[in-house]
Amino acid sequence: MWRAELISQFRRRRVKALLLVLAAVPALLAVLVYLSGGPSNGQGPTFLDEVTRNGVFAALAGLTVTVPFFLPLTVAVVAGDSIAGEASLGTLRYLLVRPAGRSRLLLIKAVTIGAYCLAAALAVAAGGLIAGVILFPVGRVTTLSATTLSLGAGIGRTLLAALVVGASLFGMAAIGLFISTLTDVPVGAMAATVGLAVLSAVLGGVSQVQAIHPWLFTRGWFAFGDLLRDPVQWTAISHDLALQVAYMAVFGAAAWARFTTKDVLA
Amino acid sequence: MDGPAGAAGTPAPGTPAPAPAIETTGLSKHFGKVPAVDGIDLHVPVGSVFGFLGPNGSGKTTTIRVLLGLLNPTAGTWMLFGRPMPQASMQILPKVGALIEGPAFYPWLSGAQNLARFDAAGPDGDRPTRRARIDLALARVGLTAAAGKKYKAYSLGMRQRLGLASALLRPRELLVLDEPTNGMDPQGTREIRHLIQELAGDGTTVFLSSHLLSEVEQVCTHVAVMSLGKILAQSTIAELQATGARRLAVETVQVSVAATVLERLGLTDLTIEGDAISARLDGQAPEDCCRALVDAGVGVRSLTTVRPTLEDTFVALTGEGFDVAR
Ligand SMILES: Nc1ncnc2c1ncn2[C@@H]1O[C@H](COP(=O)(O)OP(=O)(O)OP(=O)(O)O)[C@@H](O)[C@H]1O
Ligand SMILES: [Mg+2]
Repeated sequence: MWRAELISQFRRRRVKALLLVLAAVPALLAVLVYLSGGPSNGQGPTFLDEVTRNGVFAALAGLTVTVPFFLPLTVAVVAGDSIAGEASLGTLRYLLVRPAGRSRLLLIKAVTIGAYCLAAALAVAAGGLIAGVILFPVGRVTTLSATTLSLGAGIGRTLLAALVVGASLFGMAAIGLFISTLTDVPVGAMAATVGLAVLSAVLGGVSQVQAIHPWLFTRGWFAFGDLLRDPVQWTAISHDLALQVAYMAVFGAAAWARFTTKDVLA
Repeated sequence: MDGPAGAAGTPAPGTPAPAPAIETTGLSKHFGKVPAVDGIDLHVPVGSVFGFLGPNGSGKTTTIRVLLGLLNPTAGTWMLFGRPMPQASMQILPKVGALIEGPAFYPWLSGAQNLARFDAAGPDGDRPTRRARIDLALARVGLTAAAGKKYKAYSLGMRQRLGLASALLRPRELLVLDEPTNGMDPQGTREIRHLIQELAGDGTTVFLSSHLLSEVEQVCTHVAVMSLGKILAQSTIAELQATGARRLAVETVQVSVAATVLERLGLTDLTIEGDAISARLDGQAPEDCCRALVDAGVGVRSLTTVRPTLEDTFVALTGEGFDVAR
């Protein structure tokens, strides 16, 4: 069923459209920079200044631009829809009677959402890389530590950054999956998930609640930039990934407890 | 009355009776305070075609959802083929085909893709034979021509047919069908009747919830009648109809004389329409009635006994009221 679920999900027009739009964002960004001409004045998002010198940076600029809102939004759509969407279609009852097994079905859904997170971040990177290579010169990549990497290593770091961004969305995905087991209304689950992400981001900006800052799942979303240092600074990234694992454990367990005992009325 | 599955539920002497396909003990499901299913004891013999009847809101779909493990019962236990549920779900449910409160599929996939999707979702969905099984199931419900069409472009009846195809995708020992002909054209309804008879002939037990009493009368060997979450009657269809009072129908020009004679014999509920008189038999032998009429000088043109239809029995059990009970 693993294959069937992945194929069925990624065959959906909605998922294809989300990935396409995600890939288009950095491409659009690159085109705008190209049209405006010349290096910008250092006011834009990190990495954007570098784009005209090296097209590879279009991918990193794309990740920086999409990670605060757009990427998480699409993850909330996919995660919120996972169980609630099946319930609202009525297909949930037929999957369970098949029997797909409740724990197994939940695990498959979780893995599919995880795959989507990675695919989404990779789509952003790919869109940026393609547009960057077409519009700008490419060559050795200058790191934030002012050293240079070979083009291959630079692209490797960029793709790794995309994977880290994808993984840093896992905690939010787990929250979305849990909320999705609570309702038969997918839009409600999506909205609630986005709401929590916004709340987390807002709290992250309030210094009065500094005590909880290390525990916010939005906190490490920009940590991927450390991959572009030489040598790579792993502290923030590994702290963030550990936090994502903790969120996955807590909300994954809650989703399991709920889903394996719930009355399926839809 | 001899149903299609003939001797279902009455095994040959000497062989131990097989465990019933469905057996429930005091099964209940409450929604808040509402007892949607209220302590029912169902007994569905292997090989039977079991009609599950009841007015709207009587608890049929809720019962089916509990039986298939979708709802946790408030009280009671149930077994499928002698195996306690829901513990044996993963072993028993692959042998059960179900249509629960209408079909449900992925709108963005075609009919055939949908069947493949569900086949792949559970055990026993043998991959090498999948293509052939899908084609056969679609052919059985007359959907071959629409196999490649997206589900969202299906009509109501086509959706219902696809739901049935999904239930027939693998060899089944039990089919649980909740109003399978809902929205189907007359040909479709007749085809489904033939399909059920054919499946029952192969030994599949069919648990059929339906409001089409004439269909039920034609295909079912057993029936249970539910109302307000309780089971009012449960037996073979012949037994159920035998419990309903038979009526005596007499055709004669001397209706008033005949009426006096029949009343004297103790028949009740007399109705007279032109030359026809009918009355309810309460244990009186029709031949005695005939002799009494002739002795009284009534010219009897015809005299028959009429069995109540399933509809008569159903209305007698559940009442005439049209409004839903709750
Ligand atoms: N999700 C629910 N929440 C609360 N009550 C419900 C729910 N689903 C069903 N009920 C109630 O349970 C009772 C039985 O409903 P059920 O759907 O089992 O009836 P049914 O016999 O299948 O009716 P129909 O012939 O109309 O399909 C009804 O009183 C209904 O209002
Ligand atoms: Mg119903």
